[in-house]
Amino acid sequence: MSSDEPRQTIHGSTAPSTDTREARMGEGADDRFNSKLREAFGTSPFILTKFDQFMNWVRGNSMFMLQFGIACCSIEMIHTYAIKHDVDRYGAGVPRASPRQADVMIVPGTIVSKFGPRMKRVYDQMPEPKFVVGMGSCTISGGPFQEGYNVVKGAEEIIPIDIHVPGCPPRPEALIYGILKLQERIQNGESSPVVVKPYELEEFGDLPEDELVQKLASEIDEDDLVMRYNWADSP
Amino acid sequence: MSTGTESMPEDATDRVDELADLLGSRALTREDHVNAPGFVVNPGDVQDVLFDLREKAGYDHCSCVTAQQYEDRFETIYHLKKYADPTDEVSIVVPTPLDEPVSQSAEPVYRTADWHEREAYDLVGIEYEDHPDLRRILLPETWQGHPLSASYDQEKPQVVTLSEHANPLEPDHEDPESDTMFLNVGPHHPATHGVLHVKTVLDGETIAHIEPDIGYLHRCEEQMCQQGTYRHQIMPYPDRWDYVSSGLLNEWAYARAIEDLAEIEVPEYAQIIRTLGSELCRIASHMLALGTFALDVYGEFTATFMYTFRDRELVQDILEDLTGQRMMFNYFRVGGVAWDLPEPREEFFEQTRDFLDELPAKVAEYNDLITTNEIFQTRCIDTGVLEPDVAKDYGCTGPVARGSGVDYDLRRDDPYGYYENLEWDVVTRDGCDNYARVLCRMEEVEESAKIVEQCLDVLEGWPEDDREVQANVPRTLKPDADAEVYRAVEAAKGELGIYIRSDGTDKPGRFKIRSPCFSNLQALEEMSQGEYIPDLIASLGSLDIVLGEVDR
Ligand code: SF4
Repeated sequence: MSSDEPRQTIHGSTAPSTDTREARMGEGADDRFNSKLREAFGTSPFILTKFDQFMNWVRGNSMFMLQFGIACCSIEMIHTYAIKHDVDRYGAGVPRASPRQADVMIVPGTIVSKFGPRMKRVYDQMPEPKFVVGMGSCTISGGPFQEGYNVVKGAEEIIPIDIHVPGCPPRPEALIYGILKLQERIQNGESSPVVVKPYELEEFGDLPEDELVQKLASEIDEDDLVMRYNWADSP
Repeated sequence: MSTGTESMPEDATDRVDELADLLGSRALTREDHVNAPGFVVNPGDVQDVLFDLREKAGYDHCSCVTAQQYEDRFETIYHLKKYADPTDEVSIVVPTPLDEPVSQSAEPVYRTADWHEREAYDLVGIEYEDHPDLRRILLPETWQGHPLSASYDQEKPQVVTLSEHANPLEPDHEDPESDTMFLNVGPHHPATHGVLHVKTVLDGETIAHIEPDIGYLHRCEEQMCQQGTYRHQIMPYPDRWDYVSSGLLNEWAYARAIEDLAEIEVPEYAQIIRTLGSELCRIASHMLALGTFALDVYGEFTATFMYTFRDRELVQDILEDLTGQRMMFNYFRVGGVAWDLPEPREEFFEQTRDFLDELPAKVAEYNDLITTNEIFQTRCIDTGVLEPDVAKDYGCTGPVARGSGVDYDLRRDDPYGYYENLEWDVVTRDGCDNYARVLCRMEEVEESAKIVEQCLDVLEGWPEDDREVQANVPRTLKPDADAEVYRAVEAAKGELGIYIRSDGTDKPGRFKIRSPCFSNLQALEEMSQGEYIPDLIASLGSLDIVLGEVDR
């Protein structure tokens, strides 16, 4: 039926027309729906798997990144999201502005003492399960600024990190590689053990009494959250 | 060319004599720097002297405030300039005793001194009388000690708080009587372009009070530079100040300062390559400013943002061919550049010319997409107004000042590199609003393209046997002890200045960075007072700050 005929002239049976449907179904599964998935499943639309495994597979292929720019590395991170490198191809390209909607955090930059507690807070706000990619030398060791009086020697002092991507800054290709490695890990159900880190948020009142604590006692409330910073003590 | 110290011309000597007359007995002694005459004054005379210098001698630009500690004294240096002629400089040196480091604040004369003096207090430990709000600015409030002072012990533990911030105007909305609401913007917020924290108090939807809280990326850049040797160890750090691909512009700031201090003459060929690379950096940097600004004001994450990043990728490819890295170039050397243009040269020229040929069409596209867009105009025109006088008072430079009609560009006014020999214009706009600043950047991209084009022409015709990329510089550089210099270049965001004091060794005694963003950000308060909160975000975006450079 060609479309240049006026609609009013269309007559015929009012019964549902099923001839194309039958042609489409043919025998067995239709070729046109043949995706990788379908190939893996075979002709039957059922799979048997462990729910955990299935969830890990889904999780790995749909990662919501936290939009988290800290320092120079974040510029390369934006380039990774943007045109040309386009990390969205791997199901990981929608940056979320709120930590409560994100499940992967890329830490792109130098962490300094003042930002440490804030980063910890952002990390804590992300829902479980959560994963972290450390981007750049700064998140590994403090990078070029390790000697600085105010610099945290690596993000791992504060939060657990799953994948480290070295470089200063790592190229977008390197970051993509890191993200793919993370996907692999997630699909295998691995993640970094959550252990107590050297830098934790604590209530001021819980700190052991020492000279410094006594000195600050007049400025800080007992139940204020604080983080200790000790340049000499970290590796 | 501006490298090397010029012997003082006659009218400059006259100028200095006039200044000496003006200051009279308030000038205790002279302490000249490589870049400018310096006068030592008493800590109690600071306001008086600076006021005279501003009102009677016309030094309307307090470019930088440097604080440092000597063995026997603290010292504050005010680097003053004129917006009309930045080569006319003077340094006011204020020594204070070790046991009582108190000096008068310059804040009543120059508003910009507010943050500069807070920084001096924070890092070095000098106190300023009369200062409206002398608190720490970069380090957490609970920090112990002043890290750039001699007695600081880095090994001591510190405690940092994560406390709730209080509304400075009145108790918050939990109180039924109160009309205002306190809102934290940042430090982790997409519109702050990094880790800036703006403490905002709202009255309804308008802004009653704001205070930018910085220091979340204070990476001790000055300490790092003070620990590095002049010859090789400092140059990688400038790339990381303003990291939005402005690396070469920053490297030039350090190169210019050290070359003037150590009297190194840079080969002309190297200057042309420097100029070429720097202007490409400026294009990349302004592209990012444009893309993120579009993102800020009308949530344009798809088209404009991606287009600007497409163009940045092109520039980065060219720069990668030239320098070997996409962002952290480390390409300049003291006395020149690391290596010549990449071989085959024709290919490099062709690639760069292709980019330049396509640029006008792209700029036209941006104008279609952004600047002629009605929503965009409504958001930008007449918002974030910064009057020229206010801009000068805050020491604003770069596109922020030029968008307010302040005709100030160090590439033209204090020429260095190869700029003098090229045809290009300084872009200024009279709008004083967010829109003017954006247009200013877009036009600067076109001017930069002109400069790059001309550099390419010169480089192509340059004789093959004269391609000297580096001057002969000794392996260890040891400038004369106590030589001091303050030199600035026009970086993407404005005047990027470096102060170096040599102590006779191969590492600087004091290395101070004057960051344009630091001064520009101060003006935010003035720009957003009484405006709506979305306009605050727009103003912040149009200032185009980079936190790496604000906090250093
Ligand atoms: S690793 Fe290098 S590029 Fe990345 S944040 Fe650190 S200094 Fe910047």
